[in-house]
Amino acid sequence: MASNDAEYSPGFWGWLNKRLPVEKFVREQLLEYYAPKNFNIWYFFGSLALVVLVMQLLSGIFLTMFYKVGETTSFDSVEYIMREVNYGWLLRYLHSVGASAFFVVIYLHMYRALMYGSYKAPRELLWLFGMFIYLALMAEAFMGYVLPWGNMSYWAAQVIINLFSTIPLVGPGLVEWIRGDYGVADATLNRFFSLHVVAIPLVLLLLVALHLVALREVGSNNPDGIEIKERRGPDGRPLDGIPFHPYYTVKDVVGIGLFLTLFAVVVFFVPTFGNLFLEEANFEPANPLSTPEPIAPAWYFTPFYAILRAVPNQRLGALLLLIAVMAFFFLPWLDRSPVRSIRYRGWWFKAFLAEFTISFGALMWLGLKPITPNYLIAARVFSVGYFAFFGLMYWYSRWDRVKPVPERVRFHE
Amino acid sequence: MTDAGASDDQEVVDADRRKFLTAATSATAAVGVVFAASPFVASWQPSERARAEGAPVTVDLSKLEAGQMIMPVWRKQPIYVFRRPPELVAQLATHDDRLKDPRSTDSDQPAYAMNERRSRRDDIAVLIGVCTHLGCLPKQRFEPGDAQLGTDWPGGFLCPCHGSRFDLAGRVFNGSPASVNLRVPPYSFPNENTLLIGEDGTAVASGAA
Amino acid sequence: MNKAALVAAALLGAACPLAAVAQEPAAPAAESVAWEKWQAGNEVSNVASLQRGFRNFMNYCAGCHSMKYVRYSRVATDLKIPIPMLKADLLPDGAAPEDYIHASLKPQDGVAWFGKEPPDLSLIARSLGVDKSYRFLKTFYLDPSRPTRTNNLVLDAAAMPAVLSDLEGVKQAVFRNVDVTVDGKSTSTKQFDHFVTVVPGRMSGPEFDLFLRDTVNFLDYAGEPAQVDRRSLGVWVVLFLLVFTWLAWLLKKEYWKDVH
Repeated sequence: MASNDAEYSPGFWGWLNKRLPVEKFVREQLLEYYAPKNFNIWYFFGSLALVVLVMQLLSGIFLTMFYKVGETTSFDSVEYIMREVNYGWLLRYLHSVGASAFFVVIYLHMYRALMYGSYKAPRELLWLFGMFIYLALMAEAFMGYVLPWGNMSYWAAQVIINLFSTIPLVGPGLVEWIRGDYGVADATLNRFFSLHVVAIPLVLLLLVALHLVALREVGSNNPDGIEIKERRGPDGRPLDGIPFHPYYTVKDVVGIGLFLTLFAVVVFFVPTFGNLFLEEANFEPANPLSTPEPIAPAWYFTPFYAILRAVPNQRLGALLLLIAVMAFFFLPWLDRSPVRSIRYRGWWFKAFLAEFTISFGALMWLGLKPITPNYLIAARVFSVGYFAFFGLMYWYSRWDRVKPVPERVRFHE
Repeated sequence: MTDAGASDDQEVVDADRRKFLTAATSATAAVGVVFAASPFVASWQPSERARAEGAPVTVDLSKLEAGQMIMPVWRKQPIYVFRRPPELVAQLATHDDRLKDPRSTDSDQPAYAMNERRSRRDDIAVLIGVCTHLGCLPKQRFEPGDAQLGTDWPGGFLCPCHGSRFDLAGRVFNGSPASVNLRVPPYSFPNENTLLIGEDGTAVASGAA
Repeated sequence: MNKAALVAAALLGAACPLAAVAQEPAAPAAESVAWEKWQAGNEVSNVASLQRGFRNFMNYCAGCHSMKYVRYSRVATDLKIPIPMLKADLLPDGAAPEDYIHASLKPQDGVAWFGKEPPDLSLIARSLGVDKSYRFLKTFYLDPSRPTRTNNLVLDAAAMPAVLSDLEGVKQAVFRNVDVTVDGKSTSTKQFDHFVTVVPGRMSGPEFDLFLRDTVNFLDYAGEPAQVDRRSLGVWVVLFLLVFTWLAWLLKKEYWKDVH
């Protein structure tokens, strides 16, 4: 149509945009998307999470070209990659360090939400999508860890799958169904490979897309917890907003550069990171007759593992582990504070967040250690601390004496 | 913003600096992307295992009779190693007019195989048994005067896929879909009865690990 | 900033009780040999040491222990050993340079003679560690109660005999009873005190230490042959990324002049 043609640029770009809204997308999502101007360091971790996701996908795709799944071939193929594939060692370390980097970034990303109330209305759904991403990520990491079929891979699979036997009625049958055999075996390894390489990445991509769409719909929160869309200028743009491009594209590039620098230091100089990112026990092939000592999951699971071990009853321990993870889902409704950001909250919330942080860190450390009587007491104390943050929030979030929230964001040049 | 005059100067300087910095950062990023991509691309090159499995192959010729062919594998390819009957070797020079590339000028072989016999020695032929048309394995037809191929057939190979024909030196006949002679791998004879495929004393052949 | 100080103070406060909880058993008396602290002190970049270690491995270990992920030709390339020398001095009969390092001992014989198959050593430096491997090789002692007539401080009731006793000599271990407190409970345990040489070996103490260091160095290399390249490449990558980040930061500052 002649009248339609007039709206589009000439040439190929016009031809493309008439059929696919490329320019519209760039304009709406980057040039005309107004983000709060007071983002601080805590706001880097979303874009960094995307970077790590892309890196895991790329390194994972290439690793799959050389990895041979199978209880007699997996371990050997990983050593083949490390020694005989050109730059195979780099592919492997990118992926193994990347997995841990993912959790560092995600935990910091979630912590930002805790501090600034980013889970509160109208961002509850955004938070829930994020929590589902976290669950999918934990499953992905767990299954990925089994794939090298080292001794820790085998025993981690054994222990985690056995957790499901605590489910009343269906437990034991469920465990056999998950394993596909009477013990963790080739069948288990093979299905984990398929889930890890295809199924969960697809789920993750879908969830990330939904997460970003939801974010775009409600707009970003900010360290002051103020809704910038409530204060617009005469041109309709938020007074405290700046276009995402070029300001946040340029700022995120700095964040990415810094992150990649730190990441490269680990990958090239300390890829095992003192037995935390690649455990010694996993350099031995899987041995059903020999449990590694001490046995512990990867560091990003150890807080929950510590809670599990702190409880003297197996079934109750598994239930508490589940509650510990699921508690995050309820934050938007547990938190009844009228303000979002910690900057304007009272001492109750600050104290509880501090003790939660300490508890989480302590539980993480304890989960890596073997159980001794003193460590057990500590794990119990910090588990209480962990649950108190969520369990009492319904009340202390209301009791808190909040400070007045400013009209405009606090921005220092 | 300060007064209009000063900010105008500021704007002009800023725009140039921005262009420069954007260009510098983008160029560095582009270089970085190329460097980052290179290990991924390099990983596709044959691995050390592939290179090790492509090591030279030793073949014992002491039991190989005239008219007999064996087929060792070198670098994943079938190598035709056969002992030519002496009377048929002499005939190799007589049918140049029926060949597409009698002097092997268009074909692929080491220097010592660029002759009528396409080999180092008269008796032992070493050819890569992959048809130069589309890659099938040509079948032996060593007997001269074969019923299917005609009374003037001097002996050689017939490819079953599309009918290409080669003589006992692997040279392609006119009328074949293939256009060049069968390829010759690098090889040498450490002694009279031993053939070493893949090693002929040159750097190209030895394909360092 | 207020919040950060609060969190920092809380963390420091929490560290004290945690430190008290992380109790170690009481330290042994000063005169015991602190063998648990011995370190290999090897340098993987030292090619001469690796060459000696490879030779040591082939002469003393490869009879029973395989390195099934390690190719002779790869070792020759990395350790700068010419292939003719490899074939003449180091390659076992019947092996080609492209082969992986296989033990001469058949697995079933290993089980019959020692009770278990000698483990493959390709990754021992990554699973056990270089320091523990060094200690293992250095703490064999005479023990008439064992079928091998030796025992080991790192691996009690080790099935492996003291294969290096020709070089190191034969030694006895002297133990003493020591009271220790573990997690609040007091017990008496037998603790290693020192070694006594019974038969001197062909090598002096420092010579044998060097022998072990070279061997463990080779094990370190074999565990991850790419490690030297990894570190040298890493220097360039990190430098590049620092330059890039600095440029990106200048760009960011320039654009953010607009934001007030």
